[in-house]
Amino acid sequence: MATVPPNFPEIKQEQLKPYLHDSIVVPDELQGNVLITTLDKVYNWSRKSSMWPLLFGLACCAIEMIATAASRYDLARFGMEVMRPSPRQSDLMIVSGTVTKKMVPAIVRIYNQMAEPRYVLAMGACATGGGPFKEGYNVVSGIDKYIPVDVYVPGCPPTPEALIYGLLKVHEKVERQSILTVPWYRKDQSEFVPVPRLGADIFDPRQVELIKETTMKKPVEASAATTGGGDAAAHAAGPKAVSGKAKSRMEEAKRRAAAKRAG
Amino acid sequence: MSATLVAEAPDQTQTGTLADVLPGVLGTTSDDTDKAYLVAADKILDALAYLRDKEGYDFLSSVTCVDYQGYNGKQRKGISERFDVVYHLYSTKKGGGHVVLHAPIPSNDTIASATSLFPGANLQEREVYDLYGIKFEGHPNLRRILLWDGFNGHPMRKDWKEAYFDEDSKPFRSRHPKGSYEFHEDKLPWGKNATYPAGWDPDTWQAPVAYVPVSQAPKHLGEAHLDTESIVVNLGPHHPSTHGVFRMLTRIEGETILALEPEMGYLHRNHEKIGERNTYLMNMPFTDRLDYLNSMSNNWGYALAVEKLTGIEVPERAEYIRVIMAEFTRFVNHTWSIGFILNDLGALQTPALYAIEEREMILDLFEEVSGARLMCNYLRFGGVVRDLTAGWLTKARYLANDRLPRALDELDRMLTDNEILMARGRGVGYLPAEDLISLSVSGPMIRAAGVAYDIRKAEPYGVYDRFDFEIPTLPHSDIYDRYYIRLLEARQSVRILQQALADIPGGETVGFGDYASATLSQGFGSIMGGKGGYNLRPPEGEAYARVESPKGELGFYIASDGKPNPWRYHVRSPCYINLNALGPMSVGYKLADAVVILGAIDIVLGEVDR
Ligand code: SF4
Repeated sequence: MATVPPNFPEIKQEQLKPYLHDSIVVPDELQGNVLITTLDKVYNWSRKSSMWPLLFGLACCAIEMIATAASRYDLARFGMEVMRPSPRQSDLMIVSGTVTKKMVPAIVRIYNQMAEPRYVLAMGACATGGGPFKEGYNVVSGIDKYIPVDVYVPGCPPTPEALIYGLLKVHEKVERQSILTVPWYRKDQSEFVPVPRLGADIFDPRQVELIKETTMKKPVEASAATTGGGDAAAHAAGPKAVSGKAKSRMEEAKRRAAAKRAG
Repeated sequence: MSATLVAEAPDQTQTGTLADVLPGVLGTTSDDTDKAYLVAADKILDALAYLRDKEGYDFLSSVTCVDYQGYNGKQRKGISERFDVVYHLYSTKKGGGHVVLHAPIPSNDTIASATSLFPGANLQEREVYDLYGIKFEGHPNLRRILLWDGFNGHPMRKDWKEAYFDEDSKPFRSRHPKGSYEFHEDKLPWGKNATYPAGWDPDTWQAPVAYVPVSQAPKHLGEAHLDTESIVVNLGPHHPSTHGVFRMLTRIEGETILALEPEMGYLHRNHEKIGERNTYLMNMPFTDRLDYLNSMSNNWGYALAVEKLTGIEVPERAEYIRVIMAEFTRFVNHTWSIGFILNDLGALQTPALYAIEEREMILDLFEEVSGARLMCNYLRFGGVVRDLTAGWLTKARYLANDRLPRALDELDRMLTDNEILMARGRGVGYLPAEDLISLSVSGPMIRAAGVAYDIRKAEPYGVYDRFDFEIPTLPHSDIYDRYYIRLLEARQSVRILQQALADIPGGETVGFGDYASATLSQGFGSIMGGKGGYNLRPPEGEAYARVESPKGELGFYIASDGKPNPWRYHVRSPCYINLNALGPMSVGYKLADAVVILGAIDIVLGEVDR
């Protein structure tokens, strides 16, 4: 019984058909040397293999980030050893540490200065959600309150292994993207994030109306709805007068809490 | 061994008790606490000058403030003033304990600035102004330091509450029987931990910046040969040379620095405010995150302060374990800082990679006993949280006897005669020893200026008095010496390690009877009469304890009113106070030198800003 030996070149041709658009024929003598793949694959492979992080440390997590780049964990294995201090030359921002109110305008500005495609990795509990210092008056509850984050790495601090795992997740994300759909080749799509400002406390320019609704109310109600301040009188009462938006937020929070308990 | 090894404050002076001769003294606090002298606020400068000139207390270690609003303990009977400005003074010549001054002042009052006597009060007074709103008259530059100009209120005051909780202490589950505590933050329309005063209009708001810090610098240094113009150059807060989020404003002419002003607060994480809401034990992991290269020394400083306050005894084996951990930490810190000084000099990465090679081995040891590489959270009041693991000592001995000395030899061989280090380091960043002391600088910085002042010898804590080691000093007070002193100190650390690892009581035995924390094995309850378990309630009083952290004098000031959380929790941070010297040290050198001068101070922003 003689089986027909499989004709590998034919099978390969068959598999490649969808990508060839009927126009590329690799001559027989080059079959062993020429590799055909998709543009997306090459594009993404080269991007993920030379992803330069921003040299940017905020707090304790930065020490672990340095340890990750040092000889034992050797980030160079992933083509990431070149840390660039300039946002213009870097592809990945590792937010490694506690984000404070005083610092966040600078971070957002740096983020805006990074050329697309850009990625953000929130390293550690602080950058993810405020961490141990969340309650602090100068601490922002996670960088994602201001800029979009691609990958979160939990831990306080995450071990270098965890960080590397997170970086590989960024690579995976890169590999899944397609030139056809990525935002940075579209027209009129600039992801500029408004830079938060430092006033009596930090405020997001997008929330100015919301804040004014509360602070510019008639004095009696207004003082009931705000807290803090230097004088005891300024925050004598809890938030009694709440706006519609605040109510919806509260309900949202309650729903979330209930869902958490249920699940 | 007892934590009360710390010497008592010297009460007797050449002329009698201090209370009799100190100008403006109103009285003393009771004896069962750290003894403090109450001094009239308008006489505070006289008292400080007396202590400095007559009694030799030349080192103003810490200046801080306590807000006593709502305090109802015995200590404040008969004192109506709301705030106390607290001064801790030491003597670098005599060594020994401290003198504590309390200057009570009413709300919104002013007090004379100590900067005329001790320029080192500069940054600390600014911090008190920022967080408590107390004005220091005669201060050269009284601006906010950790927060930004225009911030609403003074957050460390007892009546200032964060938007996040809006409560006095942490909302525990048990206080909310339904188990669903709603955070105040979630009820705010903007959904952020932020507070806006009534009537505040974000659209029209302007930051009240009236003062450009380096604007008052002289136009030229010395004789001007050319009519050049000086410019202001900003470094940071995101800058590869600043070791984190730190900012330097410099005014330069050509490349020469005319004035330099540090700007900080970009990592101000409200350590002290959070610390006042935490229970005593809850603060321990937070201290890890102060100087995040040296979590073990930070733990020790805090544990020492609480032990002093409560009189908890530490078992001997635990004392040895503490010494071992602290010296490993010092090794890690010093090699790290050597590597990064070279980094700042332009030798990018290679020396740093060599320098932090052994660090990974030491972190493995830390991880083995504590479960974490960096944030060890290993010490407890009265000991350490658990005993060493089996075989730990063998590994540690191999490191201390074999690898670490070799690593130091290697660094020594590579760097000490290095021409670039010589050329860039010799004579740069000079400041004489007297200036450094009056600027309250401590640690390797003053030892590189020839002052043999080390708390491990001057006021021994733990079991440091049992080891044979030296305090290396170098005479030149420049970058090169600041590099080299760290190498020498690391060698002494290895020496201490070798001794401690050899004589540790109990040796390899695991679960040795007397090892762990007295408080944990017996329960706090049996010692303190509190609610069992973990709820430590120290008696009313205050304590200041300090350790020689690798950066300098790390002090913890704790005031207790007998409740489960500290009334006041203050960290005397060596990095922060050493920055007093940054400006004076950099003037006259090149801008590129300022980067190394900062690197040689060896700051960690977590501790600078807290
Ligand atoms: S997550 Fe932990 S280790 Fe990381 S910055 Fe925050 S406190 Fe530091």
